[in-house]
Amino acid sequence: MIHLDQPNIADLPALRHIGKPLPRIDAMGKVTGATKYAGDYTMPNMLHARVLRSKYPSAKIQSVNAARARALPGVVAVLTADDLPGSQVATDIPGVTGTAKRAGTDAPVLASDRVRFMGEAIAIVAAETPEIAQQALDLIEVEYEPLPAVYTPEEAMQPGAPIVTEPDNIVARWRIVKGDAESAMKSADVIVERTYRTQFIDHAYLEPEAGIAWVDENGVLTIRVSTQVVEHFRSIAAALQLPQNKVHIMGAMVGGGFGGKEDITVELFIGLAALKTHRPVKMVYSREESILAHCKRHPFTITHKTGVTRNGRLLASQVSVMADSGAYVYLSPYVLLYASAAAVGPYKVNHVSVDAFAVATNNTFTSAFRGFGAAQACVAYEQHMDEIARALDMDPRELRRLNYVQAGDTTPNGQAIRGAVWLDECAKRAWDALGEMSEPSSPHIRIGRGLASYMQSYGRITWFHDTSQAWVGLEMDGSAVIRCGVPDIGGGQMNTLAQITAEVLGVPMDRITVYSTDSALTPLAGTTTATRQMYMSGNATYQAAMAVRKTLGDRASQHLECEPDEVDFADSTVFVKNDPSQNISLTALIAMCAAEGLPRANLSLFKAPFTDKLDPETGQGDLFPDYTFGAHAVEVSVDMETGEVRVLKSVGCHDIGRAINSAAAAGQIEGGAAMGLGYALTEDVQIVNGVTITPSFAEYLLPTASDIPETRTIILESGTGLGPFGAKGIGEPCFTPVAPAIANAVAKAIGSRVHQLPLTPERVLEAIDQSTHV
Amino acid sequence: MQPKSITVYLNHEPREWRVHPNDLLLNVLREHEALTGTKYGCGIGECGACTVHIDGEPVLSCLTLAIACEDKSILTIEGLARDGKLDAVQTAFLDHSAFQCGFCTSDMILMTRALLNEIPNPTEEQVRDYLRGNLCRCTGYASIVRAALGAATQEANAIGAADA
Repeated sequence: MIHLDQPNIADLPALRHIGKPLPRIDAMGKVTGATKYAGDYTMPNMLHARVLRSKYPSAKIQSVNAARARALPGVVAVLTADDLPGSQVATDIPGVTGTAKRAGTDAPVLASDRVRFMGEAIAIVAAETPEIAQQALDLIEVEYEPLPAVYTPEEAMQPGAPIVTEPDNIVARWRIVKGDAESAMKSADVIVERTYRTQFIDHAYLEPEAGIAWVDENGVLTIRVSTQVVEHFRSIAAALQLPQNKVHIMGAMVGGGFGGKEDITVELFIGLAALKTHRPVKMVYSREESILAHCKRHPFTITHKTGVTRNGRLLASQVSVMADSGAYVYLSPYVLLYASAAAVGPYKVNHVSVDAFAVATNNTFTSAFRGFGAAQACVAYEQHMDEIARALDMDPRELRRLNYVQAGDTTPNGQAIRGAVWLDECAKRAWDALGEMSEPSSPHIRIGRGLASYMQSYGRITWFHDTSQAWVGLEMDGSAVIRCGVPDIGGGQMNTLAQITAEVLGVPMDRITVYSTDSALTPLAGTTTATRQMYMSGNATYQAAMAVRKTLGDRASQHLECEPDEVDFADSTVFVKNDPSQNISLTALIAMCAAEGLPRANLSLFKAPFTDKLDPETGQGDLFPDYTFGAHAVEVSVDMETGEVRVLKSVGCHDIGRAINSAAAAGQIEGGAAMGLGYALTEDVQIVNGVTITPSFAEYLLPTASDIPETRTIILESGTGLGPFGAKGIGEPCFTPVAPAIANAVAKAIGSRVHQLPLTPERVLEAIDQSTHV
Repeated sequence: MQPKSITVYLNHEPREWRVHPNDLLLNVLREHEALTGTKYGCGIGECGACTVHIDGEPVLSCLTLAIACEDKSILTIEGLARDGKLDAVQTAFLDHSAFQCGFCTSDMILMTRALLNEIPNPTEEQVRDYLRGNLCRCTGYASIVRAALGAATQEANAIGAADA
């Protein structure tokens, strides 16, 4: 159920569209099957591409012989590294405009002499049918010489370890130093030290990677693709040695992203094939290929050593962090930075020392995934809080309450926390909503409850100097058009812009059309990542709509003989606030403006705060625009005989600043709760000696409808976010506390703890055995 | 392998298909009929994205040979609304915003339709059990379950009103 709480709504002006669970503009297409995804598009004369992928996690490629594949009837082209104009593609910070990429972050488009993970691309086949393309793959002869490999960060950091990434496999290191943790630790009454481990997981969006590419009549390489980032046109242009204005990315509705479509996927394969064959080329990954070839969530090993007073004050925190970057760099440095900055969670600790490494291995590369390192950090710090509470014989919720950050406190990297901090309120409401404790259904069932709190950024790292643009215009008939490059990945990104525009310009939702996700035809809005689109493109749209409102409002005030600030817009009418009988229809006002040459449209650019980089030695400096705060509480049952865990109740409570569409916000939170349940209990991409042994949904276990309890969503609205109408971001944050809440509930139920996700029946049973033998 | 001509009743209309013995129903629907509301999600029957109805029963079109559909009625998401009027399940999915990315929405709606044909007034547990072969990564199933229960209530009320 959705429970909306609006503690300070009285402070706000009356809102007509904002906050309402209005039907989304993308709803009708989705319930009728009419919505087109990238893989639904076809073109006349189109070819189908498939990619040959490495069978070894680490090998030298001696030779690639494609002669037999090229001779197969129906094969139009077989491309290998020799056919590429450039051999590398940038993997650093997708979608950032104007920041130089870091050295060493390129990855080969096609492997030429060396493969570093199983599934790395070696050759592209373009053929008349997908079946012929698949058949041709089997005819390409690749001679491999297997090379020594490393499969864990610990091995990869040993002296003499095989090198995956020059010079020493360390792809990133961050240090955050606040106060003097070592000295402060000495004055602690109790010191608790524990290590927590997380696993590889897959985004498992239902839509596999897909796209279609062609060269248009102006020589522009045009790619319709499922992506979170249309700005990849620049790195595609660089890799293909084309001018940037000769690559055009057109999006489509994205069938789920979660970070997995933040990096380039099919674009270069189909782009190259289209350039070589002069025909449209389509490619859709199989599910197996998707699991093998796109990035995974980083496994982390996080060790917390925390000094506390007897009465529960956190004094000092030393945290070491190790992340598996897999075979290429991609976004590992930033994922690691998010984990480092979030290492101690939403708690005030004056003495902090974080030392973090991301290390290359011959596993599948890791990159962005909902929560982006901050989620893994929460798995560790929130379990650790429960373990500290246990060591002190204290209620874990009381320990949290004593130590929660407050507005005005600073983070370990020295950033001041602004706005409302309703951590305690969120935790209390989530916990209370669990209601009466369930009765065990049999004698070998135990019930436990757990909670996790978090603070998590929304908006990108502020030294990226992030911007978004939107264009809002009114047509002569009073309908409205929004043009904004935002990719809609299912969270209702386009709808949000419509709802904001409806509010500002008084145009009904069904008279607003949104054009999005086009690198050439819609103003660039940046990536749908980092929980940034509500904040960034929401604000850009708000600014643009407000500019239109100002021009029209000024003209209306002359006509209505009132002051401009007395004019209001609603239901396609412009009127005097205190006397709505004094009014003019929006269409008449537009006609008046058009006749006089006044603009009815505006292009607006929104800038996030711009800062310099963190101090490299101490990690001090501002890092994010702002934070979302919240908590998740669960009740679980554990079968003490089988180790099976079931989540019985699940409640998320978050201060999202302002809900723009309350149904969409609740939907995010419900979805985050399910994804967090999978992370905690079943999902595990098992990569054994570099080989993925879970390449299908038979082995990679997603939660189903019958695994998920009813999820309660409590939305608090402090109105203090930096987004439009005081909104904060919720897409990623809502996922973050779920898995540690479940881990805490299981530990409570069984009286001991599994320090490694997922909490499989085997691991739970082992923990039960250990606790009964102690 | 030689193609064979068969007749099917696709979304209430007779259609002649020339199909090879190994043509999958999913591919024929998407590529020959341009009915792209039916999705490829895994190709091996593990996600439910390709669900259609054959003679009223939900089936996985990625595991069904087109040639086996001779003389059968096939219903895809595009055929569910009749005479421009949405099915009650579609309306319920609208009312409950029971989707996010929408990629599984067609199959969730068709499964829910099949459920309500079989059990007009299901419990929440029956809904969850019936839908467990159909994966959704966005919604956590919460809004989908609400929509299914809502559609059942609405249809029961409509029948009640018709009886009165």
